[in-house]
Amino acid sequence: MPYGLISTAILFLPFAAALATPLIGRGNRRRTTWLMTGTAGVCLVLSSLLFPGIADGEVLRQSFAWAPGLGLDFTLRVDGLTWLFLILVTGIGLLVGIYANYYMPREYPLVRFYSLLLGFMGAMLGIVLSGNVIQLVFFWELTSLFSFLLIGYWHHGKSARDAARTALIVTVTGGLCLLAGVLVLGHIAGSYDVDAILAAGGRIRASPLYLPALVLILLGAFTKSAQVPFHFWLPQAMSAPTPVSAYLHSATMVKAGVFLLLRFWPVLAGTEAWFWIVGGVGLATMLVGAWSATFQQDMKGVLAYSTISHLGLITMLAGLGSTLGVVAAIFHTVNHATFKASMFMAVGAVDHETGTRDLRRLGGLRHVMPITATLAVIAGAAMAGVPLLNGFLSKEMFFAVALGANHGLVLDALTVLVAVAAAALGVTYSLRLVGGAFFGPLRHDYPREPHEPPRWMRFPIGILALACLAVGIFPAWVVGPLLRAAALSVLGAQLPAYDLAIWHGLTLPLLMSVIAFVAGCVLYIAGRRRIAARDSTPLIGWTSALHGFERVLGFLTTTLPELQAKIFPGRKLQVQLLVVVVLAGIFGFLAVRPLPAAAAPGMHVDPAFALLWLLGIACAIGAATQAKFQRMAALILTAGTGLVVCITFVWLSAPDLAVTQLVVESITTVLLLLGLRWLPKRIRELAPLSSTARYHRVRDAVVAIGIGVGLASLAYAVMNHLVADSASRFYLEQALPGGGGRNVVNVILVDFRALDTLGEISVLSIVALAVFALLWRFRPAAESLGSTRRREIGSVQGEARADRARRAWADQMMLPGFLILLVVPVITLFALHLFLRGHDLPGGGFVAGITVTMTLIVLYMAAGARWVEARLKVAPVRWIGAGLLLAIATGLAAVVLGDPFLTAYHGHWSVPVLGDIPYNSALLFDLGVFAVVSGASALMLVVLAHQSLRRVVPAPDAPRDNGEAES
Amino acid sequence: MEAVLAIAIGALAGSGVWLLLRPRTFQVIIGLTLISYAVNLFIFAVGGVRVGADPVLGAATDPSHYADPLPQALVLTAIVISFATTALFLVVLLTSRGFAGNDHVDGEDGTP
Repeated sequence: MPYGLISTAILFLPFAAALATPLIGRGNRRRTTWLMTGTAGVCLVLSSLLFPGIADGEVLRQSFAWAPGLGLDFTLRVDGLTWLFLILVTGIGLLVGIYANYYMPREYPLVRFYSLLLGFMGAMLGIVLSGNVIQLVFFWELTSLFSFLLIGYWHHGKSARDAARTALIVTVTGGLCLLAGVLVLGHIAGSYDVDAILAAGGRIRASPLYLPALVLILLGAFTKSAQVPFHFWLPQAMSAPTPVSAYLHSATMVKAGVFLLLRFWPVLAGTEAWFWIVGGVGLATMLVGAWSATFQQDMKGVLAYSTISHLGLITMLAGLGSTLGVVAAIFHTVNHATFKASMFMAVGAVDHETGTRDLRRLGGLRHVMPITATLAVIAGAAMAGVPLLNGFLSKEMFFAVALGANHGLVLDALTVLVAVAAAALGVTYSLRLVGGAFFGPLRHDYPREPHEPPRWMRFPIGILALACLAVGIFPAWVVGPLLRAAALSVLGAQLPAYDLAIWHGLTLPLLMSVIAFVAGCVLYIAGRRRIAARDSTPLIGWTSALHGFERVLGFLTTTLPELQAKIFPGRKLQVQLLVVVVLAGIFGFLAVRPLPAAAAPGMHVDPAFALLWLLGIACAIGAATQAKFQRMAALILTAGTGLVVCITFVWLSAPDLAVTQLVVESITTVLLLLGLRWLPKRIRELAPLSSTARYHRVRDAVVAIGIGVGLASLAYAVMNHLVADSASRFYLEQALPGGGGRNVVNVILVDFRALDTLGEISVLSIVALAVFALLWRFRPAAESLGSTRRREIGSVQGEARADRARRAWADQMMLPGFLILLVVPVITLFALHLFLRGHDLPGGGFVAGITVTMTLIVLYMAAGARWVEARLKVAPVRWIGAGLLLAIATGLAAVVLGDPFLTAYHGHWSVPVLGDIPYNSALLFDLGVFAVVSGASALMLVVLAHQSLRRVVPAPDAPRDNGEAES
Repeated sequence: MEAVLAIAIGALAGSGVWLLLRPRTFQVIIGLTLISYAVNLFIFAVGGVRVGADPVLGAATDPSHYADPLPQALVLTAIVISFATTALFLVVLLTSRGFAGNDHVDGEDGTP
């Protein structure tokens, strides 16, 4: 089915290109630009190919099984509305891509920029293509994330970071509401499929859960579309690069909310609640936006509030509930996207050429930038709703809808009044914007000498201005079919009769247009000086939703934690840990239920085992008492306990665990030894115990004994009440026929529960990278650097002395070092052995990985960090990456073969002469585990061991404790 | 055997908890190590204490002939993960020591 293929390609191409950008475009701006614009262009062409399939209200669907058990499919759905948005998103994306290449400073490679822009485009296409509401929310949140990164693109500036954060918090919170809303919607409809939900409209509106679902979904739409009172993120987001603003605030991000309203219009609209909420919010937003836009001095500020106003208009059109309103809303969405994108780009061109966007510092640019001025006049006139331009047509339609409203006299009059007022203000701010920048006398005090921008920077503005004209003059011919298809997909059989003509005769809407136009002009001429003198918006300047938002944020992030610290017993970690431990103990105790009397265990107590544990417990208690002053001793005692645990595993038929415990124990001890060096000295005699400390010790001892006794009893009870028929039986029976291995533990890890293992090795990788990152900027305390011989390093004399000491040390270590080097290949071979036999005998990727790391430790110990790092190029991060990729690739291979993710294959190949050769794909997965484990543990050890090469650097910004006495 | 193992688990957990409540970071790390021993042994014990059971499939078809593999698989990964968390704690300890100038868990006791 070619249509399905095309829609799939449209969705996945931008993401693929976003991933490929860093690979292809690194350091080459030309290639990066071509990749971005090429992808957008291909998507645009592909989208246009879909039109014959949907022109008459048909729906194209392409489904992939996603989680069939939950009734979820990954569905791509194209209808007229989707198609319109596809064209807007890809078309304006293409133009913005071209524009950005000329707008963004030359010295930037733009890899990150274009990659993010492509990702954003993909997410936006994902929203409109979603045939499943959960999938829609997923892409919805994805656009929030990408917009966060794009708005904060110039992340060195605080304003950009703040704006990005505000936008993220507002839109993601809205997205979460939306998720809750669609879950309710899906619950009522019985399916998450868009078509199923659209078919269940009557049932949904009659449901008692309708109102919660409506409010939640509207919260999502309003936050995204910057409706009052959530509009404050949009003007702030103007600190984004102008191409980003042109894209996000004309055709994409903010239109996602509009798309949502239109998508669910057939299901949710038509009720009182819908009318009051959507209509009211739209009305308020339209007026607040237009009023605020009039008083902005920053050109982008004018456009930001104007965007809010126009979004309010569209929302209101959708909210009025009439079918003509929907047609007008769709029509205005398209028109607004074209004129607003071109307006943003024109403002960007002014900013680019003059170095300022302040209307009070601009003027007369038509003398130096005539072409840009002409284009801006066209776009501005469309924004103001001047005849022969597209803005005029949708405004006429809007007036007709407002006049046709039938909700009582007062409401209808109010609607008409606000409509005219907003339109008049629209004329005023358009005049201010275009007139203020391009007309009047030419000024000579610009930060830069303005010229006409490069041709290809004007090109996208020109194309869009041309679109405004074409739609405005030949509406029926240019947008007629598209509008019909889109409206048909929302309204179906309810599609009203409407006429896309410039001249309808002397009608009431025309009269309203004239009034608005004259009023706007009068307001501009009479008030322009007073407007220019103002720094804030009159009447509503004192209210600031942004301040409210910041206050809420401050409450959540500062006041509440302080309150909690007051109520909670102290901010000290010890106290909090004590509460956690005691609570765990109490809950554990409360959960105790009397068990049926168990048969006395038949096994006798082996005195040797008891003796072993006597030793183990002694070690543990010794470690507990020594950990403060004798860290080394405590460490050795802990290792002793670990060995006892290891022997216990051998004793109790768990050789796999024993081997793993043994190697992990060794490298944990080495790791802690490496860390010991950086801790402060502590001498018992210098630290007498205070009476409070003594009390704390006794109190904690009581708690510890309580927990110990509790856990011991629990363990004893559990061991005497084993579950007779656990899942283990399945694994034991299926390991050989199903998994092809005799070592059931390993088969569980790499085959039956491979997904869990994949999660675990991911955690391991993340932890290793976190360790790496934390040590990257590690600043040891100055005294630890000075406390050893190394204090002398730095002076020539000291260097020589240290060198001598090092040589003496090397002499001592020669023989052991040589022996150790001999052992290295043996250990490596043993690791290989452990790995290969893992499926049938104790061993496997985990233990083999750590064993390989041991060879590295041994090398570091024998030869020193310098020697090893000079000879051995260890790249543990690559091992981690390769291992994860291999594990995932093994899983995906099964998907390609048509089985669930991570299915393992095993069998025998018959090879002449050699006979049967067994194979098992789980071995490949295990190889991935091996690589991750060895890479992660090696990374952690190597970065820590490498710290020993650190020297005392007399840095001016030495750590805070520099002045500490070196005692 | 069960009684010995139960007492061992209790003793390890008790020592660990006591250390966990101490004010010095190194004590907390050792405490966590001891607690993880106790927990690993506990999970292992849930499968039953078996001396001399076969860990690897052989000729016998009766599942009760073999050691319970499920807790073993759980504990095996737990051992590796606890190594990773120990490493992470150690590095956090070192960094906090570098920033705060002392090794108190709250980083604010004045004495080095």
